[in-house]
Order: sequence, then C-alpha cells, then structure tokens
Amino acid sequence: MHPKEPNAPARRKPKSGLFRLREDIPSGLYNALGFIIPAVLVFLWWLVTYLGLVKPLFLPSPVAVLSEGWRQVTEGILLADASVSFYRITIGWLAATVVAVPIGILMGNFRIFEGSLGPLISTMRYMPVVALIPLSILWAGIGDAQKILILFLGTFFQQALMIMDNVKNIDMNLIRAGQTLGFSNSEILRRVILPAASPGIWDTFRITIGWTWTYLVVAELVAASDGLGRRIMDAQRYLATDTILFGTLFIGVLGLLTDYAFNKSGLKLFRWNSDKR
Amino acid sequence: MTNNVTTPRIKVDAVGKIFGRGPQAVQAIKRIDLDVHENEFVSIVGTSGCGKSTLLNMIGGLDEPTSGDILIDGVPVDGPGRNRGFVFQSYSLFEWMTVQGNIRFALEKSNFGKAEKDELVAHFVQAVGLSGFENAYPKQLSGGMRQRVAIARALVYKPSILLMDEPFGALDAQTRGMMQELLLKVWEDHKVTVLFVTHDVDEAIFLADRVVVLCSRPGLVKRSIDIELERPRNFDVVTTARFGEYKRDIMADIREETLKVMAMETQNEN
Ligand SMILES: Nc1ncnc2c1ncn2[C@@H]1O[C@H](COP(=O)(O)OP(=O)(O)OP(=O)(O)O)[C@@H](O)[C@H]1O
Ligand SMILES: [Mg+2]
Repeated sequence: MHPKEPNAPARRKPKSGLFRLREDIPSGLYNALGFIIPAVLVFLWWLVTYLGLVKPLFLPSPVAVLSEGWRQVTEGILLADASVSFYRITIGWLAATVVAVPIGILMGNFRIFEGSLGPLISTMRYMPVVALIPLSILWAGIGDAQKILILFLGTFFQQALMIMDNVKNIDMNLIRAGQTLGFSNSEILRRVILPAASPGIWDTFRITIGWTWTYLVVAELVAASDGLGRRIMDAQRYLATDTILFGTLFIGVLGLLTDYAFNKSGLKLFRWNSDKR
Repeated sequence: MTNNVTTPRIKVDAVGKIFGRGPQAVQAIKRIDLDVHENEFVSIVGTSGCGKSTLLNMIGGLDEPTSGDILIDGVPVDGPGRNRGFVFQSYSLFEWMTVQGNIRFALEKSNFGKAEKDELVAHFVQAVGLSGFENAYPKQLSGGMRQRVAIARALVYKPSILLMDEPFGALDAQTRGMMQELLLKVWEDHKVTVLFVTHDVDEAIFLADRVVVLCSRPGLVKRSIDIELERPRNFDVVTTARFGEYKRDIMADIREETLKVMAMETQNEN
C-alpha cells in the first residue's frame, strides 16, 4: 500500500503486458507500431524486388515507384492531377452532403419520411455505381459533371442512411426535456436534435468523404483526360505498374489526410463532447 | 386560484393506458386514481414494469391516457407545459451547453427580464451546490452533479409540479444519499408538488409525505401510506423504529406483487 516503505512488498507485475484483453499498451509502442508494420512491408517489398524474385513489370521496386512520383512532381503532372481530382471530390461530396443532411434528418425524425424514402434509399445503396457509367455519360455528358455525378451516387445513399441513424441515436429524453421546457417542434429540431446529433454527423462526414475518395477511379474511368484516377487507368494501358502503384498509394495518403482533418476539426468544433476537463 | 381543499394540484381520475392495438396491445395501467395536493411530496414505488414511468409521462403530458383524465389545478392536461418540471433517469442535459447554459435554456420561454433570469440562474446554481462549475460542460461532471443540473433546470422556471422518474437510479449509494438530502433541502426552500418515482423503498420513505405502492401489471394503486416523520428530515431518520415499520409494510406489499408477477410469468411459459 505504501510504496515508499523500504520493506513493502514489491508491486505485483502485471501479467504478460501486451496481450491482455482490451488493456492499454504503452502509447509510444502503440504509435510506433503503426509505422513499423508498414515499414516492414516496404522493406520486404524492396527485398523481393532487389533480389529479383519478381519481374519489375509485376512489382516495381519502391525506388522505381518513388522516382515515378518525383517525375510527376517535377513535370507538374501530380499537382494538376491532384487539384482536378480534389475539386471533383469536394464538389461531389458536398453535393451528396447538401442533399443527404436534410433528408437524413427528416428520415430520422419523422416516420413518414423514413417510411417513404427508407426502402428506396436502402435499395439504391447496393446499386453498382460502375454499371451506371454509361447512363451517367448520357445524362451528364463527358465533362466534370459526369464525374461529380458518379461521386455523388457513390456517396449519397449511404450517407443519408447514416445521418438518419445519427439523428435517431440521440436520447429521446433530450427531446422530452425540450418539450417540457415549452419549446415547439421546430425549435426542438433546430436547437436540441441538431446540436445533439452534430458530433455523430461530423463523424459520418469523415467516413463518407473516405468513400468518395474510393470512388475517384471509378469516376475518372471513362471520358476523363486528367485526374489521379485517370492517370492510373492510363498507366494500365501501358502496363506502367510503377505509375499505378504510385497513384494508388497517393490517393490513399490523400484519403488519410482528409480523414485526419475531419478528426481534428471535429475535436475542435465539439469540444464539449470530450470528457477531458 | 388554487383552493387545495377542493381542487388537488394533480388529479389522476380513473386513468388507464394501453400501448398498441390488437393482439399486441399491452395494458400498462388498468385504472389509477390519485390526488396529490399542493406542495405534497409523493413517492411512487412498485415492481418493474408496473406503469410508474407511464403514469409520470402522462402527467407530464408526454403521453396520453387511453381512458380517464388527468387534471392539474382542475384543468385537463393537454401536452407538456411549463407548470411542470421533469427530471429523467438518464442524463438528459444538453451537452453542448454549459451548466449555466442548460439552466438558462429553461428560462427562455419565461417572461422574466434579463437581470431577473441571470439572478435565477445564479441562485439555482448555488442552490444545487454547483458554484464554481457554471461554465463546465456536462461531460466534465460526475453523475450526481449532472442530476443536480437537471434538478436546477427543472425548477428554475418555477413550475408548480416537479416530476422525477428514478432521478438517482444510476448513482452509487453514497452519492444517492447526498442527492436525497440535497433534494429535500432544495424542496424545503422552493416548495413545489413533487411526484417521485423510485425502486428504492428507503429513498421513497425518506423523501416523501406519502408513499404510493402500485400493483403490477396492469397498474393499480395498491396502497397509499402517509409518512409521518418529522421535517426537516436528516439521514438519521432511517434508523428510527417508525421508519423501519414503514419499510417493512411497503416491502411486504412489493414482495407480494413481485411474487404475483413471477407466478404470472411462469404460467405464461407453460
Ligand atoms: N411505448 C411503449 N410501447 C409498448 N409498451 C410499453 C411502452 N412503454 C411502456 N410499455 C409497457 O408498459 C408497462 C409499464 O411500463 P413502465 O415503463 O411505465 O414501467 P415502470 O414501472 O416505469 O418500470 P421500471 O420500474 O422498469 O421503470 C411495461 O409492461 C412496458 O413494457
Ligand atoms: Mg420506469
């Protein structure tokens, strides 16, 4: 009990530290592992290519992929591709969000909207977006609008359903508290339900923009002349595997960065939602 | 306006409640008659599922009776109103508002001036012992502190009735004891009519002028016991012989009801 006493029994050591169910491990280790595992994989990748175990056509070396990246940077391709793709992602996701938020909120609060839109949206979300490319071209042409439409279709349906859940997940007693305090339904909607659901909705934003990124290649599959996804599809034609790998990894990194940005801004925006004093 | 000899503050008149329709219908309350007088403190106890919350919600206007009437000062209840305050078991605070903000939000529909509102908020923060936490957010507070905010929020706009549905049910025993004493003190200083639902017989007796025991499934009033213990009360009262007698009687009632429910459930299984 008193660790300072000289003859106190030594504190019991915790049993086999790293594999206890759901117990914390040292945070330094936790963070380091996140880098170590990818680093080990890259090393193995390098080793395999260095030893010539695989033909470069099938798996180009990490160095080749990096130098391909560097080429794209110096030739200005990367920035041009990234900005046009980023623009499409932003507009596509925003368009989906602007529609999904009100629809999700209505569905979460009013059974009549849930009843009338729920089955439709639940079905549409299983729709294979790739299969709609030809139609999307007929509808929206071959310009940016078509890419944005694809991104919209890939994002919207899931997003609306998730926002509905965010709204439904708030405690019914919050609404009742608002009612007992004399607020009208629309006041409760704006001043109780919305703020209560907002951290959840923000998290939905974070997750869905990740999905929008994954639809980028699909969006730029056809009738595109630029963009990160387009670059990958072009490379496929010439079997430029280094370009394919670089493009894929780069999209992954950008997705990770948007995720991080939403995470951090969420913590800032909803400081009240953290239990730290 | 209120003549408490003829018009009770709350009159529950032959109220019944059935949830749902057809074969799935659940009769939550068969028939309850109950009069609660001005500034009376009434505890409601009964086995789980006997309709306590349903009754409280109907008095609060959050739910409608299937039959019978609920009158407040002789006027039928039509939806929630600011003559009633509600404290729920789950922490129903607005987590994006500070302690002060939560209490102030309750005053928004009141006709007080700004200075008066400020004063009321400050007064109630102090009354529930949260001075120094005015600008804390609910997530930063302990369970007991959150329920104190909820109590302040339910009282600040001066309702004549306070409805509490197991408000201390989620708290640990020590905190609960402190909260009971605090509630009594707040109630002595700001008299209102209180309907207090609880599972805890000690709590029910300690707080109330009268304990109402409900029969189970469907709800009926089994018994109403006047608690003649001195006020103001402090916690020593739980050790008195009289307290023990009340407790024994009420426990016996609840036990009888629980056994009935268990017998019913075994029958249903066969
Ligand atoms: N919205 C509802 N729909 C259908 N049945 C309900 C509903 N609310 C309550 N019931 C049923 O009505 C009965 C009474 O419920 P109520 O919540 O009032 O009980 P309670 O006395 O508050 O129980 P507890 O002590 O567990 O809180 C229960 O059988 C319950 O299943
Ligand atoms: Mg209940």
